[in-house]
Amino acid sequence: MALAKIERVTGRAVHVPGEDIDTDRIIPARYLKCVTFDGLGEHLFKDVRFGQDGSKSDHPLNDPKYAGATILVAGRNFGCGSSREHAPQSIAKYGFKAMIAESFAEIFFGNSTALGLPCVSLKRAELDELAARVTRDPQTVVTVDLAAGVVRVGDERTLPFEMKPGAQEALQHGSWDPIGQLLEGKEQIRKVAASLPYIEPR
Amino acid sequence: ETQLLIGLHLIHEVTSPQAFGMLRDLGLEVMMPERTFATVDHIIPTDDRKRPFQDNLAEGMVKALKDACQEFGITFFDVESGKQGIVHIIGPELGLTQPGITVACGDSHTSTHGAFGAIAMGIGTTQVRDVLATQCLALARLKVRRVEVNGKLGPGVYAKDIILHVIRKLGVFGGTGYAYEYAGTAIEALTMEERMTLCNMSIEGGARVGYVNPDETTFAYMKGRPYAPQGEAWDKALTYWRSIASDADAMYDDVVRFDAEEIAPTVTWGINPGQAISVKERVPTAEDAPNESERSLVQEALDYMKLPGGKPIEGTPIQVAFIGSCTNGRLSDFREVARLLKGKKVAPSVRALAVPGSMDVARAAEAEGLDQVFRDAGFEWREPGCSMCLAMNPDKLVGAELCASSSNRNFKGRQGSATGRTILMSPVMVAAAAVRGVIADARDVFAL
Ligand code: SF4
Repeated sequence: MALAKIERVTGRAVHVPGEDIDTDRIIPARYLKCVTFDGLGEHLFKDVRFGQDGSKSDHPLNDPKYAGATILVAGRNFGCGSSREHAPQSIAKYGFKAMIAESFAEIFFGNSTALGLPCVSLKRAELDELAARVTRDPQTVVTVDLAAGVVRVGDERTLPFEMKPGAQEALQHGSWDPIGQLLEGKEQIRKVAASLPYIEPR
Repeated sequence: ETQLLIGLHLIHEVTSPQAFGMLRDLGLEVMMPERTFATVDHIIPTDDRKRPFQDNLAEGMVKALKDACQEFGITFFDVESGKQGIVHIIGPELGLTQPGITVACGDSHTSTHGAFGAIAMGIGTTQVRDVLATQCLALARLKVRRVEVNGKLGPGVYAKDIILHVIRKLGVFGGTGYAYEYAGTAIEALTMEERMTLCNMSIEGGARVGYVNPDETTFAYMKGRPYAPQGEAWDKALTYWRSIASDADAMYDDVVRFDAEEIAPTVTWGINPGQAISVKERVPTAEDAPNESERSLVQEALDYMKLPGGKPIEGTPIQVAFIGSCTNGRLSDFREVARLLKGKKVAPSVRALAVPGSMDVARAAEAEGLDQVFRDAGFEWREPGCSMCLAMNPDKLVGAELCASSSNRNFKGRQGSATGRTILMSPVMVAAAAVRGVIADARDVFAL
C-alpha cells in the first residue's frame, strides 16, 4: 500500500481551550451508532458547540474567524478516555490535518497516527504563546514540520516539538499505517504463535 | 516499534464493524478467527431485548457484527448463546482471559484483563483491523510503574476506592506511557473480581495497561472455566503461569506506595475520575488550586456539576443510582450490596437501576435470590449490558439529573444527557446514596 509521506502540514490554526478533553466530548457516544466512519465530521465537539435546542455556543469552531483552519491546538492530555477511533476520525473528517497540544492520551495518539494525523507536543509556555497568537490573529500561517521537528508560527517563531520518534518517522516515510509491514511477517507470526504455550498446535 | 502477537482478541458492536469494512476493502482474511471472540454490550437494551430492537441503528450494528462473525468464522456470544455480556466481564468468566497472554480489544477498559497477569490493552478500530488480519499489533514498549498498596482496607472500603484514590493522587495523565503493576499486601488480599475493578480503571489514570501478578487466587478462579485448560494441559499451564510473575527483585521504571489504611470511601466531585475526594471531605474551590490552569479546570467542573466549592459532598441530592458496568457489574458486587440492602428502601426521589454485567452474572445472582433483594428495595433489576455507563442504549440520564454510579467515567454528558452529572463511587456507596437520596457515607448508612 502506498501511503502519503507526511513531511509537513501548513495551514491556519484554531485553539480549543481546556485540559483533559476526553473523547466523549470530542464525539458523544450517540454518534457511535454507525457501522462506518462517514459523516462524523459534522458532530465534532457536538455537545459543547451546540445547546440542546441547536443554538450555537461561543466555541471557537463556531466562530467564522477560524473557519478553514486545518491545525487543531489543544491543551494537556487531549483525547483521554474512550479508545473510540471515531474521535480522530471526526477530527480528520472535519478537515484537520494535524494537532498540537501539551500532551495527548496514549490510545488517541496511536489512533491518530494510524490515520496519518500528526500529534505533536509543545512545552506549555510555547503552546500558550501559539494559542494566544492564532486566537489574536487567525490568519497566522502555522507549519508542523515533521522533518525539522519544529512548529513554525508565521515568519518569526520556530518552536521545537516533541513526538514519539517512531511515529514521527513513520509519518515522514509514509509507513504510518502498519498493516503492510504486519502482513509481510505472516510466516514469522505463525512460527511465533506455534511456540507459545497457550496456543494449541492446529 | 515492536510487533506484538495478540493471544486473545475480543470485539463488540461499536468499534469493530468498521474494521471488518476495512478488511473487505483490502480483500483480507481474518488470520486466526479462533482467537477472536465477539459479544454485544454497548447498545443492547436492558429491558426489552426482543429482536429487532426498537432502535434501528442499534439493530443495524448488531446485525453487522453477527454477519461479520459468520462471514469470517468468529465465535459470537450473542443473547441466544446465553453467554452475552460486557466484553470485559465475559472474557474472564469464560476462562478466555488467562495469565501470560496478550489481550486486545477495541475498548479502553481492556486493561481489566490484566488482573490475571495478562498484558491487556485497548486499541482503536484500525488496530482491530490489524489484529484481525495479522493477529498482531505494532507497538512501542511501555514503561512499568509499580503501584504498591500495603496494609488492610477499612470497613466499607473496596477496590473501587483504591483505584479512585490512586487516580486522584497520580492524576488522570500520570500513567501515560506506563503500565501499572499493582502489588503489595492489600492487592494480594483482593479477590479476582476486585482485582478486575482495580485494573479496569487504569486507563482513567492514563495507563493503557493494568496488571497484577498471577497467584493462587488467580489459579483458583481459572479452574474449571469453560475455556480454561483441563487435565494435563492445566498442570502445564500452571507451571507456565507461575513462571511469568515478576521476581521479587524486579526493576521498575517507577515505584509509588500507598497505605491501605489511608483510603476512605471515595467519590468524584468533578468531570474526570481524578477529581475525587473522600466522602468526608469538602468539594474543593477554584481558589485552592495551585495555578491558573488548574483554577479554570476546577471552576469548569464545579460549574458543570452545579456543586458549590467548599461544601461537604455528603448530603448532595441524587436523582439516579446505577449499579453495573465492567468496573462493578460482577456477582460479588451484587452480593455485597444485597447483603447490606436487605430490609432497606430506595428513597422515593431516586430512580435506581441494577444491571448485571453478563447473563452468567444475572442468572447466578437470580439463583441466589439477589434480584429479589434489589427489587424489594426499589431497584429495577435489568438484563445485562453497558447500560447507563455510556447510555448508548435507552438507559439515560434526563436533563441535569445527578447519578450516583458504580461505573468508571464522569465525563460531561457521559451518561446520555449533555447536561447529566455523574458521581463515581463503589457499588455499596451507590446503594447508600440510593437509600438516603443523597451522597452518604456507606459506613454510616449500613453501620459498617
Ligand atoms: S461498561 Fe462502560 S466502560 Fe465498560 S465496556 Fe461498557 S461502556 Fe465501556
